[in-house]
Amino acid sequence: MTPLLLSAFTATSCLGRGLDATRHALRSGRSGLAPCAFETVELDTWVGEVAGVDEEKLPAALADYDCRNNRLTRIGLETDGFGNRVREAVARYGRARVGVFLGTSTAGILQTELAYRRRDPATGALPDDFIYRTTHNSFSLAEFTRAYFGLEGMAMAISTACSSSAKVFAAAARQIELGMIDAAIVGGVDTLCLTTLYGFASLQLTSPLPCRPYDAARDGISIGEGAGFVLLERAASAAPGSVLLLGAGESSDAYHMSSPHPQGLGAKLAMEAALKSAGLAPDDIDYINLHGTSTPANDAAEGKAVAALFGDRVPCSSTKGATGHTLGAAGAIEAVICALALTDGLLPGSPGTATPDPAIPVQYLLESRQGRVRRVLSNSFGFGGSNCSLVFGVAA
Amino acid sequence: MNASPLNAWIEGIGFLAPGLPDWAAARAVLRGEPPYAAAPSILPAPALLPPAERRRASRVVKTALAVGLEAAAHAGADASQLATVFTASGADGHNCHALCEQLASDDRQISPTRFHNSVHNAAAGYWGIATGSMAPCQVLCAYDASFGAGLLDALAQVALARQPVLLIAYDSEYPEPLHAKRDTPDCGGVALLLSAERSVRSLAAVRVSPTGDDAEKLADAGLEALRTSIPALRALPLLKHLANGARGSVCLDYLPPMQLRVDIEPC
Repeated sequence: MTPLLLSAFTATSCLGRGLDATRHALRSGRSGLAPCAFETVELDTWVGEVAGVDEEKLPAALADYDCRNNRLTRIGLETDGFGNRVREAVARYGRARVGVFLGTSTAGILQTELAYRRRDPATGALPDDFIYRTTHNSFSLAEFTRAYFGLEGMAMAISTACSSSAKVFAAAARQIELGMIDAAIVGGVDTLCLTTLYGFASLQLTSPLPCRPYDAARDGISIGEGAGFVLLERAASAAPGSVLLLGAGESSDAYHMSSPHPQGLGAKLAMEAALKSAGLAPDDIDYINLHGTSTPANDAAEGKAVAALFGDRVPCSSTKGATGHTLGAAGAIEAVICALALTDGLLPGSPGTATPDPAIPVQYLLESRQGRVRRVLSNSFGFGGSNCSLVFGVAA
Repeated sequence: MNASPLNAWIEGIGFLAPGLPDWAAARAVLRGEPPYAAAPSILPAPALLPPAERRRASRVVKTALAVGLEAAAHAGADASQLATVFTASGADGHNCHALCEQLASDDRQISPTRFHNSVHNAAAGYWGIATGSMAPCQVLCAYDASFGAGLLDALAQVALARQPVLLIAYDSEYPEPLHAKRDTPDCGGVALLLSAERSVRSLAAVRVSPTGDDAEKLADAGLEALRTSIPALRALPLLKHLANGARGSVCLDYLPPMQLRVDIEPC
C-alpha cells in the first residue's frame, strides 16, 4: 500500500490520559490494572479502568449521545490536541473529505444494561430517557465523532471484536488511496460494561490476578477500557522522523467463535499479508506489539505464528499487562504504542509477566528498554476469528 | 459514467425479506409481475454449519448465511475463497435482550454461548466456520446507513485487491422492550458478489459516487416500507434496476448529506 502519515495520535487508558502518561508508564513498567470495583460488578478479576470518565460532559447539542462510551470518546478526541489537528484538517480538506472509521466491540451497551434495571414494573418498558441509537448501537461513537466535528462525508464503525480498531486503519487507507477522502479519523473506543466482564468470566477467560501475557503461568485476561485515535493523511510531505502506516493485513481463522486456530494459522496469514502490503520481509521488523491477551490459547497460538515467521530474532511484547485488554480499542491503543516505540526508540516491556512461557520460542521482552526502532508490527485478533496486523515505520 | 474509482461487476445476488424468500421471488416482484404481498421472513436452516453451530445459529446469522450463500451460488463462486464484507445495523437482538435481562437480575452468570453470540461479528464468525474461508472478513455498522457503508468498503477492496468481494448486508429485529426503541420489524438481507473482472455471469457494471440527491423511493407502498424499515433494504432501488435490466443511475440513502449515486450498466 501507499504509506500514510499518522499526522496526530493520542491514547487514553488506565495508564492515564494522553501520550506523556502512556510513555512514562510504559518506560517505567507501570501497570494501570486494579482489582475490579466497576459499577456493581462482583467478580474476582482485575480491570483497567480510566479515571474520571463519568465526570466528562458532552456538548449540549450532542446530549443524546451521553453515555460512558461517548464520554470516553470525547476525552480521547480532546487529549494531546488531537481535536485541533482534526479541525485543521477539516479546514484544509473540507467537511466531506475527512472520513470517520472507528472500532468498538460493545459501544455504549452499558447504557442498555442500566436501562434494563429501570424497566416499568407494569409494562416492562425501558425508561423514556434511554436512546438506543446514540448510545447502544455500534455506530454511536462514529456518529458522535462525525457530528462533533461537523463532518459531512463517509463514516463507518468496524466491529470485529478485538481486532476492530486495527481494521479501521486498513479501511481508511483504502478510501484515501482511492482518493475518496483526503484524511481519516481512525481509532477505537470501548468501555467497561457488564456484558464483557460477566461474559469473559463465563468463558473462564478472566484471570483472578493482573494478566500475565506470555507467562508460563498465564491464566486469563484483565479487561480494560480506552480510547485511541489517529489522524491519517497522505504522506507526501511527511517530515523525517514522523510515523507512517506502511502496511495492513487481514485474515480469518474459519475455526471457532471464541477460540483461536490452535496453530495460529489465521494470525500468520494476517502478519504475512501486512508485510506484503508494506513490501517488507520479516527481517525488516524491529519490534512486534503482540495481541498477547494472556489466555493460554491465544498466546500459544499467536506465539507459534510469530515464531514461524520471525523466529526468536525480533523483540516482542504484549502491553496488555499495562493497559488491560481494551477489546475493540486495543488495535488503536496499541497502534499508538507502536508510534511511541518509533518516535521514542522505546521497546515496551510486559508488566505482570515474570517467567516467559518456555514453550513459546520468541524473544519476549519483560522489561522496557531503549533501542533503534525503525519498523514495527502490531497484532490484533478477535472473537469470530477476525485477524489484523499493521506495520508502522518512520519517515526517512 | 463518471470517473469514480468505486466500480465493479455484479456477479451474483442474494436476497431475503418479509414476503420475499429469495432473489428469484424479489426479482419477479421488482419487475412488477406478481404484486408484493407482506409475510413474515422465512429463514432457511444453515445446512452448511456443523450441528453444534447450526443449533446456536440465531435469526440474524441465518439471514446473513442465506443471502451470502445464495449470491455465491448465483455467481458460481467458491465461498471458501471469498473475501467478505458484512454490514448490519445491529447484532442479534433476541440474544441481546436475554443478556440484558439476566444482567439486570440477581443471577448474572450468563451463558458463554450467549456471550460469544453477542458480538457484532457473530454472523461473520459462523460464515467462516461454515465456508472455511480464511480470506479477509470485514464487519461494519453504520446504523441506518449500514448498506452504504458496506458498499463503500466492498468496492474499495475490489478496486485495490482486484479480487471478488462478497458484500452481505443484513438486519434482524429486537424483541420488546428494545423493539419500542429500535423498531426494525423482521429479518432482511441483501448480498452482492462484486468482481473487478467481467465474466460470462456478470449481471451489470456498477459505479458508485457521492451525491447530495434524495434517495429513490419505490412506488409500491409495501416495498417502500421494507426499504425504510430494514436498513439492508435501502439497496432496493438498486435491485429494482438490476431486476429490470435497466441502464441508468439511482440514488441510495447513506449518511445525510452524503448519499450514494449508483450508475448501472446491465450486461
